[in-house]
Amino acid sequence: MRYSGFRVFTEGLFGNKGWKPAWRDPAPKPEYDAIIIGGGGHGLSTAYYLAKNHGLTNVAVLEKGYLGGGNVGRNTTIVRANYFLPGNSEFYSHSLKLWEGLEAELNYNVMHSQRGLINLFHSDGQRDAFVRRGNAMINQGDDAILLDREGVREHLPYLDFEQTRFPIYGGLLHPRGGSARHDAVAWGYARGADRRGVDLIQNCEVTGIDIENGKVRGVQTTRGAIRAAKVGIVVAGRSSQVAAMAGMRLPIESHILQAFVTEGLKPVIDHVVSFGMGHFYISQSDKGGLVFGGDLDFYASYAARGNLPMVEHVMEAGMTLMPMIGRAKVLRSWGGIMDMSPDGSPIIDRTHVEGLYLDCGWNYGGFKAVPASGWCMAHLMATDQPHEVAKRFRLDRFATGHLLDEEGTGSQHNLH
Amino acid sequence: MRLTCPLCGDRDRREFYYYGSDDYLDRPGPEAPASAWDDYLHNRDNPAGITRDLWYHEQGCAQWLAVTRSTVTHEILRVELVAGLKGARE
Ligand SMILES: Cc1cc2nc3c(=O)[nH]c(=O)nc-3n(C[C@H](O)[C@H](O)[C@H](O)COP(=O)(O)OP(=O)(O)OC[C@H]3O[C@@H](n4cnc5c(N)ncnc54)[C@H](O)[C@@H]3O)c2cc1C
Ligand SMILES: [Zn+2]
Repeated sequence: MRYSGFRVFTEGLFGNKGWKPAWRDPAPKPEYDAIIIGGGGHGLSTAYYLAKNHGLTNVAVLEKGYLGGGNVGRNTTIVRANYFLPGNSEFYSHSLKLWEGLEAELNYNVMHSQRGLINLFHSDGQRDAFVRRGNAMINQGDDAILLDREGVREHLPYLDFEQTRFPIYGGLLHPRGGSARHDAVAWGYARGADRRGVDLIQNCEVTGIDIENGKVRGVQTTRGAIRAAKVGIVVAGRSSQVAAMAGMRLPIESHILQAFVTEGLKPVIDHVVSFGMGHFYISQSDKGGLVFGGDLDFYASYAARGNLPMVEHVMEAGMTLMPMIGRAKVLRSWGGIMDMSPDGSPIIDRTHVEGLYLDCGWNYGGFKAVPASGWCMAHLMATDQPHEVAKRFRLDRFATGHLLDEEGTGSQHNLH
Repeated sequence: MRLTCPLCGDRDRREFYYYGSDDYLDRPGPEAPASAWDDYLHNRDNPAGITRDLWYHEQGCAQWLAVTRSTVTHEILRVELVAGLKGARE
């Protein structure tokens, strides 16, 4: 069923009785050409592009819970291409271009809104770093505009320009940055994959990976054994557990990241604003809630909820930056499990097992990567070769020293 | 979350700096191959369950602590001084 304005209109006339489920609910078949473990954003986009770009439609996505119940439905939805390092820069640039065509591609309203992202800076040194980053973005073909203090004031008049702890020197504006509706991205890819023949199998936890003579043969699940010659592990925060089923020990530590949303307010924050010095970023959802967050809780955790010190820290940073939000009531807070890699960049690679592929290490930035990660993971699984824009996301780069340390803080788990 | 430091007692999480898994206690020797350093620095069991990791009592006694705890419930099971662990200083 194609969605359109006309369709909404006619359905409205006839009591909305014509809508059908957006995807099937199939029982697992005994064998597929390829299996994707994990029905989050990355798993669903991988399945979609396997079908769309490579004609591989005898594919199953196995999800232990429900589609989109993981981080893809828990994040704060910032979509941007303001990376600096070769390796990251072209990948996120590719991803943003895919975002820009995503709604037409999927025939699904993912509410992608390029409202502009402003990263604030607070010292001369930080300004230099942002100039450099902005130039890297422009060299990559993306957009960046350096704003001075008055330029920031024009866009964000409500910031506290008088505060002395981190005086606002200016900001880097990325006009094509913005946000999207997180669930819709998962649902859009799910529907698109299903329509191309991919089986989306929920309540199906992978409990083992079958390997014979160094080749993958399939998986064991709570709904029985399923055979496949190609298996992709795309399980974000649970990557270490699933990879361990194939005898692997990953360079991943799982950490908790919290986020917060207020009651719905009238439009007040038009951009995505990030305040790196205070570890705070904010945007306003289309429903009016202020959506904001900060840094990791900073200890390994699978609890999907955080502790109060980080709550306090985020609120303090928000109040430092924009005291006007002080009266807004926080409705909810929650946490998600982040697959943190030592250098803060992802992994899309083959493994030591033939036919077994890995897509993980998304840290706190994997939402914006959903389209390109699926694109590149599908390419890898279909052709056995890394995609051009993801070829530096190697699993062995920590051993070889070819790090992608965007923040320049070092290759250590507790530093990103 | 609160940690019970063996020297300072029950203290708020904010006083501590988290370093990482107790893999850091097994520092490879000078002759060790590069893969041992890769394991030491990067590769982790990363369990969903009981783990032991290293914390520094930064705003307290300035001791390194080995904390046994659950990554799923955040329950703290045991806190020991790293200095007291056999082999930690070899
Ligand atoms: C609070 C918060 C804010 C964030 N903000 C941003 C942001 O602003 N911008 C941005 O780009 N990124 C952001 N992120 C990061 C982003 O959400 C993640 O990097 C990304 O969603 C991870 O990929 P995914 O969608 O595939 O993960 P998930 O949705 O977690 O998918 C993994 C799936 O695998 C399933 N699974 C696990 N184990 C098994 C198994 N054994 N068998 C079967 N299935 C299994 C899980 O149930 C889950 O559904 C944020 C994350 C959080 C938590
Ligand atoms: Zn102490």
